[in-house]
Amino acid sequence: MSAPIHSIRKARVMVGILEDKDRIFTNLYGLQDWGLEGAKARGCWNGTKDILDAGRDWIIENMKNSGLRGRGGAGFSTGLKWSFMPKEVKDGRPHYLVVNADESEPGTCKDREIMRHDPHLLIEGCLIASRAMLAHACYIYIRGEYVFERERLEAAIKQAYDAKLVGKDNVHGWDFEIYVHHGAGAYICGEETALLESLEGKKGQPRLKPPFPAGAGLYGMPTTVNNVESIAVAGTILRRGASWFAGFGRPNNAGTKLFCVSGHVNLPCNVEEAMSIPFRQLMEDHCGGIRGGWGNLKAVIPGGSSVPMIPAEQCEDLPMDFDALRNLRSGLGTAAVIVMDKSTDLVRAIARLSYFYKHESCGQCTPCREGTGWMWRVMERMATGEADPKEIDTLLDVTTQVEGHTICALGDAAAWPIQGLFRHFRHEVEERIASYRSGRLHVQGAKLIAAE
Amino acid sequence: MAIAKVNGVEVEFEPGMTVLQVAELAGEEIPRFCYHERLSIAGNCRMCLVEVKPGPPKPQASCALPAAEGQEIFTKTPMVKKAREGVMEFLLINHPLDCPICDQGGECDLQDQAVGYGRDESRYDENKRAVEEKAMGPLIKTVMTRCIQCTRCVRFITEVAGSPEIGLISRGEDVEITTYLGAAVTSELSANVIDLCPVGALTSKPYAFEARPWELKKTESIDVMDALGSSIRVDARANAVLRVLPRINEDVNEEWISDKTRYAVDGLQRQRLDRPYVRVDGKLKPATWNEAFAAVAAKIKATAPERIGVIAGDLQDAESLKATKDLFTALGVKNLDARQDGSALGAGPRESWLFNSTIAGIEDADVVLFVGANPRLEAPVLNARFRKQWIAGKTRFGVIGEQADLTFGYDYLGAGAKTLSGLAKAKADFVAALKAAERPAIIVGQGALSRADGAAILKAAAGLAKTFNVVREGWNGWNVLHTAAARVAGLDLGFVPGEGALAAGDMLKPGAVDVLFLLGADECETAASDAFKIYLGTHGDAGAHKADVILPGAAYTEKNGLYVNTEGRVQIGKRAVFPKGEAKEDWSILRALSEVLGHKLPYDSLDQLRAKLFADHPTFGQIDFAPGSVPTVFDLATVGGEGEVSDAPFESAVKAFHLTNPIARASVTMAECAANVSAASKIAAE
Repeated sequence: MSAPIHSIRKARVMVGILEDKDRIFTNLYGLQDWGLEGAKARGCWNGTKDILDAGRDWIIENMKNSGLRGRGGAGFSTGLKWSFMPKEVKDGRPHYLVVNADESEPGTCKDREIMRHDPHLLIEGCLIASRAMLAHACYIYIRGEYVFERERLEAAIKQAYDAKLVGKDNVHGWDFEIYVHHGAGAYICGEETALLESLEGKKGQPRLKPPFPAGAGLYGMPTTVNNVESIAVAGTILRRGASWFAGFGRPNNAGTKLFCVSGHVNLPCNVEEAMSIPFRQLMEDHCGGIRGGWGNLKAVIPGGSSVPMIPAEQCEDLPMDFDALRNLRSGLGTAAVIVMDKSTDLVRAIARLSYFYKHESCGQCTPCREGTGWMWRVMERMATGEADPKEIDTLLDVTTQVEGHTICALGDAAAWPIQGLFRHFRHEVEERIASYRSGRLHVQGAKLIAAE
Repeated sequence: MAIAKVNGVEVEFEPGMTVLQVAELAGEEIPRFCYHERLSIAGNCRMCLVEVKPGPPKPQASCALPAAEGQEIFTKTPMVKKAREGVMEFLLINHPLDCPICDQGGECDLQDQAVGYGRDESRYDENKRAVEEKAMGPLIKTVMTRCIQCTRCVRFITEVAGSPEIGLISRGEDVEITTYLGAAVTSELSANVIDLCPVGALTSKPYAFEARPWELKKTESIDVMDALGSSIRVDARANAVLRVLPRINEDVNEEWISDKTRYAVDGLQRQRLDRPYVRVDGKLKPATWNEAFAAVAAKIKATAPERIGVIAGDLQDAESLKATKDLFTALGVKNLDARQDGSALGAGPRESWLFNSTIAGIEDADVVLFVGANPRLEAPVLNARFRKQWIAGKTRFGVIGEQADLTFGYDYLGAGAKTLSGLAKAKADFVAALKAAERPAIIVGQGALSRADGAAILKAAAGLAKTFNVVREGWNGWNVLHTAAARVAGLDLGFVPGEGALAAGDMLKPGAVDVLFLLGADECETAASDAFKIYLGTHGDAGAHKADVILPGAAYTEKNGLYVNTEGRVQIGKRAVFPKGEAKEDWSILRALSEVLGHKLPYDSLDQLRAKLFADHPTFGQIDFAPGSVPTVFDLATVGGEGEVSDAPFESAVKAFHLTNPIARASVTMAECAANVSAASKIAAE
């Protein structure tokens, strides 16, 4: 019998790179009070007025200097994004902040923990970000399935209103209203422009860009859409200084980051770590190691279901950050690490992801609407081995016909997992097809074709 | 002007144009399905992908991308070719291979572009998707498996037609175009979605499996179903008109036509008068032309001119009106009237009965007041322009008359003449706007003018127009919206009662006249009249039923003719097929009759007739010219007449949109539409 899981964690005193004093989400596991008192005790709402009083330019400059890159997956500089908003409110066109809490990427569960256990960090971040972009209203679009999180967030917002931290004539001197909008459970509504459509009460279909939201977003007004984590870290960054945050991680990949590790590890967990932590250290310090030992690792999807997988041999010295993973033709995405050991049927796994994207395609534009279903059906036959070997190249060609041809990034997201699979594990598919053809009942789910 | 390069060639373009438009300026064809000039940009078909520098290293949707100074656009690179092939392949994988039984075959964008931009083989081995048919009413046939989800129909019905009844439901590969709750589309412009549909998903139900486009003889002509004179193309095979399609005419109908324009033509095959008839012993008996003429001549010769009346109908061409007027004037008849509805127009200067702002020019108006008009029923295509203005927020509308759903928002001011006469002093917000307007317009409908007090109402409206100064330097906002295609030509010809003569309503009274000549007049009540009635027309409708002699004429698709629309634009209608049976073109019947009557008309051909028409009435010589586009001196004080004004509310001149003329009333399709509308209103009332 292996040791109980909690004893593995207890055995270590200091794990990972990040020290407890440098953690932003100090109540990530909900061990303390999530409410206003608890949050204040952890430093939230401390000196917020000073930050706001420092003004728009100071906030944006410091956010830029901190090197924070958007935590929603694309990794675009948050400070730079804020600076795209018009410098003054003109022609009676109000500015809006929209927080994307439609966290639906398979494998990702970081925003959930923030809203459950540290909601005040998010609310404070909303106020600061709104100050920076001259917005007086903020909408938090929360995923339909997150019922408990919405209730917790609404309770926290009520606390903030009651304490006059937000709202009209609040103690911070920046009139600010905050609204929570509950989505209906569509993955595509996590795409920022589809989110805006949905928020406006329309069908959640991505808009064409340009115009970008900073020019014409919610109700046609200047809008910035940010991920929950990007907003929630803003208060602490500005309190502790841009250089503190920039001190973690490799250049251009600064800061701390919530990693959501799932799959074949002994201790699946959410953990805040410094950027660029080596993958192996992340696994062994926080996740109790790969199930069956390091040598049992087969492949990793490092950033949520939409990024291509990387094989075990590339994970040896891999720093977990944007640039390193991009160099491996994958991506950090939301830092939702899905670990797959050698027991995994990778083809089956990717076929399941293909089904997800087929199911969640909004159906607006042609390549995604038609391509996701096609790719899924071929993947299903690949998983059983029923496909034709030459279909592999057809499938890859189809993925390139979808990738980069669609209105939003869902087309890319549907194509990349398949491309990642064949980039590293093409031989597995070929073997499966060959063994199916040789008539051996070798593969689970495969059907024997009658001898004639 | 900015400059961009298209495939290496410099092109000047207006800032604000899209990459697609710039590429077209350079003569490059960009394939597209969802993009349409008159609809909002959806960018969802992805067929128009091009390569643009500077820009991301992936193809861009050119329909939605604004062109920029110094941009380099490539439409022939391998990247673009592959992108087009890819999109084409995706569009075709779930599209059925049923072109041989598809009505769109031969005029299908998908077919054409598949040949032009697709690969020559399919790589798709999966099962194809099938989608259930949808009920969209009597006009639109659906084969939704063919749909490529371009959403043109959704955008048209929402944006242009203004009755958002078609939508895209579900998501991913399960998306479907449907009407909400499977209800029939009720818009008067609904069938335009058939033209817009780039594939065979929405096709014409009445025309289903009738013909292939290459079998049809196409004739460019003018519509007579309303007073707009929309540009149409009449498609005929052998001697049958099979369908009517819109032509692009920016000044009139843009590229839309109403459902009545499109679908009343099956009425051209039914209830037709294909030979002369003479009433013998109370019953209409078939006769020869000579017998019919003899009967007419005997009666007319035996009757004093002041006991003869002539009423012209709504669908007549200018030539037949001219020939009729010439003939009966020569006979000394003064009881002539082209206004069977009893409209008060015709006394003042020509401007008083025209739509002076012009149809395209009304888009410049900033405040518009409707008096007794329901443009949605009386001129649906024009109504789409009002909606366009309203969506753009350029124009404010006010209505005196029916409080109907016009598909655009308006200030409702009141129901009848009282509101009209009191408006100048009213405190309404709209009145202030009208006062402050730079280009105010008043649109008077026939509902207000075709009443006993029409002349007085006309005077009140003109007075109001004067108060608000709607006719001013560089702008003429006095507009009359007609409902009959023949009306303006009739008024221009002076086809109105002479001094002391009888108007249409008086001629129809018992004992008023002894002989009544009805030139295609079917919308006037002749039952009370005891006169000997001669009907020259096309259909066995109201006029023919009461007639003593029937002279079979030609419908608008069967003769060359001039029509003057509500803005005074003279347009040429062309013959697409020949008249039915023994029927003749109207002017030649009148010419032959004139000889029998001993007052031979001085023209032997249509050209000679036109020459005389142009000489006598020079406005008819100005083909395709709308007089409102040039400034004139026009005194509103001369418009209208004195009289008592009734309190009765204004009602639209069009009660049943689908049944306004003999062709439409003979049409099965129009009958279905009318039943559909009345059923729908019954359900709504419950």
